[in-house]
Amino acid sequence: MSEYRIQGATGEWEVVIGLEVHAQVTSYSKLFSGAATAFGAEPNSQVSLVDAAMPGMLPVPNRECIRQAVRTGMAINAQINKWSRFDRKNYFYADLPQGYQISQLYHPLVGEGSLEVILDDKDPEGSTKTIGIERIHVEQDAGKLMHDQHPTMSYVDLNRSGVALMEIVSRPDMRSPAEAGAYLAKLRSILRYVGSCDGNMDQGSMRADVNVSVRKPGEPFGTRTETKNVNSVRFVMAVVESEARRQVDLIESGGTVVQETRLYDPDKNTTRSMRSKEDAHDYRYFPDPDLLPLELDDAFLEECRASLPELPDAKRHRYETALGLSAYAAGVLTADVETARWFEALVAAAAAKAGKPEADLAKQASNWLISELFGALNKLGKSLGESPVSPEDGAELLALIADGTISGSIAKQVLEKMLETGDGAATIVEREGLKQESDTGAIEAAVDGVLAANGDKVEQYKGGKEALFGFFVGQTMKAMQGKANPQVVNELLKKKLG
Amino acid sequence: MSVDKATVAKIASLARLRMSDEELDRMVPEFNNILAWVEQLGEVDVTGIEPMTAVIPNSLRLRDDVVDADPLTGGGKRDAVLANAPAAEHGFFGVPKVIE
Repeated sequence: MSEYRIQGATGEWEVVIGLEVHAQVTSYSKLFSGAATAFGAEPNSQVSLVDAAMPGMLPVPNRECIRQAVRTGMAINAQINKWSRFDRKNYFYADLPQGYQISQLYHPLVGEGSLEVILDDKDPEGSTKTIGIERIHVEQDAGKLMHDQHPTMSYVDLNRSGVALMEIVSRPDMRSPAEAGAYLAKLRSILRYVGSCDGNMDQGSMRADVNVSVRKPGEPFGTRTETKNVNSVRFVMAVVESEARRQVDLIESGGTVVQETRLYDPDKNTTRSMRSKEDAHDYRYFPDPDLLPLELDDAFLEECRASLPELPDAKRHRYETALGLSAYAAGVLTADVETARWFEALVAAAAAKAGKPEADLAKQASNWLISELFGALNKLGKSLGESPVSPEDGAELLALIADGTISGSIAKQVLEKMLETGDGAATIVEREGLKQESDTGAIEAAVDGVLAANGDKVEQYKGGKEALFGFFVGQTMKAMQGKANPQVVNELLKKKLG
Repeated sequence: MSVDKATVAKIASLARLRMSDEELDRMVPEFNNILAWVEQLGEVDVTGIEPMTAVIPNSLRLRDDVVDADPLTGGGKRDAVLANAPAAEHGFFGVPKVIE
């Protein structure tokens, strides 16, 4: 992997990136109140008196939110702090009724961890990089402001106020837009495996603050800027690219980078300064007197660990070693938890139908899923989650290929019909008469016909032009409308061409 | 530790308190008196003593993840939540326009 460099007038520059990712914890109720968290509810319908900061209301933490943050920490091999504490981060803004956010500055729940990113899908083993994660802390989300509904007022919806977030802070270990993108994608993958965050970036369940600085290779870190609330992998990469370029141009034209908060404008693909928050950085943190320290016992941690699923790296490794898949296929199938679940259901159903071990069917299932079903769904603009074909349906189709009922090329047609009609593979094969012809007599007649019609080519073949074998196979298949069993065709041709 | 007038003015501004010049002048010695009083705690030798985080020997209670389990701390009470708002429209709080 070649190093990413920005070409400047004074030579090459290196970019240094750190990400702070806010991930909404999957829970029914809020971090400190019993109000619901469901997305898209009527404004202020999921707000308790705690979330609205009415006098006298006291926060009581949600066990599930703590549990999910701990499980996430374990999934990135992080230090779990059995003793942590909540602090108040003080600032005034219309989306923050308390006048402070309950967060964890001094004693976060989760300490140092890391994750591994793959920078080249074609070479998953040879292109890994470990990205350090400094900490994960738990905090409250703020409300939502709408500025375009009234000429002189902003509207405030507090439904999101008090929803639990994990803030996942990376080390400044990334050195290119691709690495930053791969980190965010991998983090999202892990969160979705763990089930601690749904990863829906377009609903704001995951958003990243992108810290970027530039330096001449080998020199100390430069001054960084922080671009807030970037909500897709693609935008994170775009922010790194445009912000690094801006900083290089600024420095080379005699300017200085100011440590500041910036906003990304996807339409112009640039970042701009958020001057209004300049004064707000004095947060006067102090321990929240409403909350005792959070102390976790071994039984709690043990349950968290025991309930972790097989994670993407382990799964990828198992797919390669135990199921015999290629590194590429294993990477594709394990990147998202939904894909892995679908694939495993498919293999299990196929193995059950064939009465064979899963390892015998995994490769066929993987090939079919990646090259046939993904392609067909792509054409329909559907995701695997929306597939009209279930893993059981897929296994039925695979079984028909495996036992010779249909050929691979007919299987493509059958899949199309399955997606179209929702009918099972066997039903379609029966109805459309797509059954593969294994009857030697019929195939032999077709082979004889082809050989008789192509006497010249038969001579050439016998004269040593063996590549023509494929031509005879193709012609025979054509004569049989693709329904001849290819194995039988091969055998007969070999015998007759002797 | 002591504070000067500029510091007091900054604290007031962070707390969104408007203070006249005279009020600031009066607050400076008051702040410093309080700080000096609290600083007496520094005279106590606390070598080898673990910091106390709470006055009662109790640990943080956690609740189950159940929506609206307790009506007092649940949602679904928009009218009550908006009752004291200076302005409320279409179910939203209305505040003077704040734009980034």
